[in-house]
Amino acid sequence: METPYSEKVIEYFQNPKNVGEIEDPDGYAKEGSPACGDMVSLFIKVEDENHEITDIKFKSYGCASNIATGSIITEMAKGMTIEEAKEISWEDAADELGGLPDLKTHCSVLAVDALREAIRNYEERQGIGEEKRETTLDVVRKRLRHVMNPMTGLDVIKTDLISDIEVEDGIITVEVDLEEDHQFASAVNEDIKEKLEPRWDVEEVVIKFVGD
Amino acid sequence: MKDEIIYMDNAASSRLDDEVFEAMKPYMLDNYAVATSDFAYSMGVEAKEALDDAREMIVNELNGTPEEFIFTSGATESSNLALKGVAEELSEEGNHIIISEIEDFPVLNTAKALEKEGFDVTYLEVDEEGFVDLNELEESIEEDTILVSIQHGNQEIGTVQDIAKIAEVCDDHDVIYHTDATHTFGRVPIDVSEVPVDLVTVAAHPIHGPRGIGGLYIREGTSIKKQMNGGFQENNLRAGVENIPGAVGFAKAVELIDEEENKRIENLRNELMEGLMEEIPETILNGPKEKRTPQNANITFHYVEGESITLHLDMRGIAVSTGSACFSKSLEASHVIMGIGGDHERAHGSVRFTLGRFNDQEEIDEVVKATSEVIEELREISPLSKEEEE
Repeated sequence: METPYSEKVIEYFQNPKNVGEIEDPDGYAKEGSPACGDMVSLFIKVEDENHEITDIKFKSYGCASNIATGSIITEMAKGMTIEEAKEISWEDAADELGGLPDLKTHCSVLAVDALREAIRNYEERQGIGEEKRETTLDVVRKRLRHVMNPMTGLDVIKTDLISDIEVEDGIITVEVDLEEDHQFASAVNEDIKEKLEPRWDVEEVVIKFVGD
Repeated sequence: MKDEIIYMDNAASSRLDDEVFEAMKPYMLDNYAVATSDFAYSMGVEAKEALDDAREMIVNELNGTPEEFIFTSGATESSNLALKGVAEELSEEGNHIIISEIEDFPVLNTAKALEKEGFDVTYLEVDEEGFVDLNELEESIEEDTILVSIQHGNQEIGTVQDIAKIAEVCDDHDVIYHTDATHTFGRVPIDVSEVPVDLVTVAAHPIHGPRGIGGLYIREGTSIKKQMNGGFQENNLRAGVENIPGAVGFAKAVELIDEEENKRIENLRNELMEGLMEEIPETILNGPKEKRTPQNANITFHYVEGESITLHLDMRGIAVSTGSACFSKSLEASHVIMGIGGDHERAHGSVRFTLGRFNDQEEIDEVVKATSEVIEELREISPLSKEEEE
């Protein structure tokens, strides 16, 4: 069989590791959306004292590189402290897999993002680390980097889909450069809200579609 | 892995029939002359005879006359010539062109290119089975409409348009009608003596003929401008040394198809389609049940992604394709599935199976079994199947 994937990717694709869900997880994240193609959900169990990841599981609605990256990073992260696990990059995962095709970067980044988001979710629940800080414009921009522009598969900040952001008294206003009745408007709307609403100091997220 | 490949991507390209290969061989090794005039050396005269015979064989399939058929390098060139040729020739009479939104890339992207040059293009919407609405077509035709291009059979979901009715509408309004018949030629009959279609794109590669050869039927009197300049070949509409082995192979491929074979393929396809949809829960048939090209099945499997499906099937020696964005070089989801009202998820989980002469009953059973297993495995690891249950 001829394939652009390395042997190791194929091996993990055929026999994915750490697949499944964890009941009552300490941290959980869902990255991507069916509208964009790939989606990963990731669950972690963390030991409270030294914040070590004791169990980790993922599920994937995606292509081979997505499934393989999910397998490899969950294997890598198991047993690490959350601080160590945060450092796992897409490049680390790709290296460990013997390389990934360039075109598939975004599918595999998703799994890495899911791990970081699950850790963030754990921190948010525990009120520790970075998640204690105030939601500033910078924080909003950072959070929106996890919202995919369904037309490109890249994030909405990078692809200039967000034309303006305002943060005032817990109310965040985001202007999206799409028409209100655009086929992706509702998906983008939901994704943005999902990333911003759980923050401790956010009262309301207002999304305006300003495309023409 | 199995040694034998089960190939079910015949719409993309198909295995050359041995008889086609044998028919072509002499025109590569023994007679390699160009088609000359009747007064030149005998090898050239013989080559010309072979080309004329091939032309006659192919145009007979459409029930047209040899003067109305030219050879091209394939469906892409034929549709480029049809659209650009008519648009340029008639640009003073009008600049409006109508196509359907689910055309294959040769028509779709040629129309887009013409749009950039200043032509007005209407992209007709289709219903959920992929059919254009005849009333909508009629309403879209304006004073300055010069060309309608609506395909015969769809490349992905197999929808067979009622080209007789479409041609009538165009004829009533004196508009030239082109149809891309790449995926129906040989499989679904077209009779140009009955149907007033003006231009028909055909190709050899989906019917076990060689790649690199196709043709365009051009009804006598149709306004069209030559696109490939050079010599005076092909009725002075397509310059270039004739691909005689290709033409001979194309003719042989047409000769080898018969009603019985099409029926056999259709029966196998029906079994495949029904087998998959009975064995596997939560599927959608893409395209119509009836009025469908006999070789095409296209099914969306919910909660799973097409590239993963095709890769797993490839590991089991089965070749199929998908409308998933992840599978394509452009990372764009199938415009056909989106066109019939599908969303990205429906495109992502869609798999196209296209049959041909060399598929048999055993393969159908094998594919149904393998696909069921693959879908089950992938659904087990998908976060979506769980969500739906909740």
